[in-house]
Amino acid sequence: MGTPSPLHDVHTALGASFTDFAGWSMPLRYGSELAEHRAVREAAGLFDLSHMGEIELTGPEAGRALDHALVGNLAKLKVGRARYTMICDADGGVLDDLVVYRVGEDRYLVVANASNAVRVAGELVARAEGFDTEVVDRSREVALVACQGPRSAGIVGRVCDADLDALTYYGSAPTSIAGHDVLLARTGYTGEDGFEVFADAAHATDVWAALTDAGAADGLLPAGLAARDTLRLEAGMPLYGNELSAEMSPFDAGLGRVVKFDKDADFVGRAALAERAKNAADHVRVGLTGEGRRAPRHGYPVLDGDTPVGTVTSGALSPTLGHPIAMAYVPPSLSEPGTALSVDVRGKAFPVTVVALPFYQR
Amino acid sequence: MTTPEDLKYTEEHEWLAAQAETVRLGITDYAQGQLGDVVFVELPEVGRTVNAGDPIGEVESTKSVSEIFAPVAGEITAVNNALDDTPELINSEPYGEGWIVELTPSDPNALDALLDAKAYQELTQND
Repeated sequence: MGTPSPLHDVHTALGASFTDFAGWSMPLRYGSELAEHRAVREAAGLFDLSHMGEIELTGPEAGRALDHALVGNLAKLKVGRARYTMICDADGGVLDDLVVYRVGEDRYLVVANASNAVRVAGELVARAEGFDTEVVDRSREVALVACQGPRSAGIVGRVCDADLDALTYYGSAPTSIAGHDVLLARTGYTGEDGFEVFADAAHATDVWAALTDAGAADGLLPAGLAARDTLRLEAGMPLYGNELSAEMSPFDAGLGRVVKFDKDADFVGRAALAERAKNAADHVRVGLTGEGRRAPRHGYPVLDGDTPVGTVTSGALSPTLGHPIAMAYVPPSLSEPGTALSVDVRGKAFPVTVVALPFYQR
Repeated sequence: MTTPEDLKYTEEHEWLAAQAETVRLGITDYAQGQLGDVVFVELPEVGRTVNAGDPIGEVESTKSVSEIFAPVAGEITAVNNALDDTPELINSEPYGEGWIVELTPSDPNALDALLDAKAYQELTQND
C-alpha cells in the first residue's frame, strides 16, 4: 500500500475505496463517483489532495530563481496571487505543470503533481543554485484539502474570517480554520468556483471536520479522485501523464501561452521552446465528443477513415453532459472543430467530432 | 458486501442462478463495488451459441471496462434490455434487476463445478 494521507483514518471511517496513486494511498470514491461529481457541479465537494507536492522557495532571489527554473513570469507575480505555469526540460519537453503561489515578498509555494513532486523538487534545487534562495520540499508536512463547487464560498466563509470577496480566482491569503493557521487559495481543478486549503498535516483532520460540518446543510459530499478526474476532463484541463509529458512542449498541448519569452530572465528550455513555438507540432490537443454512452479511453487510437492519426489521452462518459467526451492528440490538419473522426473502441470504429475545449464551462 | 447462499460464482466475479431451463447471470456485489458506477453495458445477441470462457459482453464504469465471460457453454436465451437505459441497476441491485443475461447450458450439470458462496467469499477476502 502507498503512503497514507494524513486524512487516511477519516476516509476509512467514511467507507472510502482507496487507490494507489503516485506512491500514495488516496480515496478513489466514497460511494457513487457520479453523485460526488454532481455534488461538485451543483453544491460542493470536499477533496483530500495531500498527495500533491508542495515545494517552498524562500529568500530574496526566490522569484528570480523561479524565473530561471520555470517558463512563467514569477518574479513579477504579486504577493497573494498564483499562476498556472510549467517546468520544462532543456529540450522544451514538459516535466510538470504547476501552480505557483507567491505567499510573501520572499516566499513562494510551488504545487507539483504527486507523480512528479520528487523530480520537480530536485530540479528546483539544481536550478536555484547561484540564487539567494532556499528550496525545501514540504510535501510530507503539508496537507491539501479542496472545497469545490458553487456553494464552496458559503461553506468556506463559515469556517474562517478571510474576505472572500477580495479573494478572487487565483488569489491566496493566510487565514485560520479550526484554530489552525492555513493558506487559503481560490484555485482548483474542477471547473467550478472553489478553494484549496494548505494546512500542516497534523491539522488536516480538524480542517476537514470544520469544512464537513460547515457544508452539511449545503449538500457537501466528500469526493474522491475518480470524480476529480471526470470534473477536470469536462473542464478541458490537462492531466500530466495523459495530456502532458516530457515528449510534448507546452505548444503541442495548446498551452503555449504559459511560456513567457518576454521576461527578463534566461530560463531552462528557452532556446528549444523558441524553436518549438515556430515549427508546427505534429499533433495538437483537441476535444472529441461522441454519441451514446460508450467512452473513448486513454490510449485508444483516433482514426481518420481507417487510418490511425492520433491517440486519445483521456475520455469518459461525461456525467454532466450525458455523452462521451475525450481529449486526444491529432494532426493540426484534423484539429478544426467540426472535423469528423472516429475512435477505435476495442476494435469498433466509434464516430466522434472535434470540438473546442472546454466541454463544460460554469 | 453480500453473497447470497443460493447462487453459484466464478473467479471472474460473476454469479449464476439456476432456473427451470436456463441460468441467469450477473456480476457480484463485490465486482460492482470494485468497478464503481456502471455507465454502459454491452449485451450479446439472443440466440448466440457460446463456449465457456467466451467474452459475451462488456460492463463500463466511469473508470474502467470489464468483459463478461460465459462461465459455461450454451446458448444465450435472454438479455436484460433494461440495462441499456439504466445500467446503474448493476450497482443498486446486482443480484436482482441488475442481471445481465440468461443462457441454456449445453451440459445441465456444468454449474456443479463453479464456486459456492463460501468459496467465493474466501476468494474476495484474499483479493
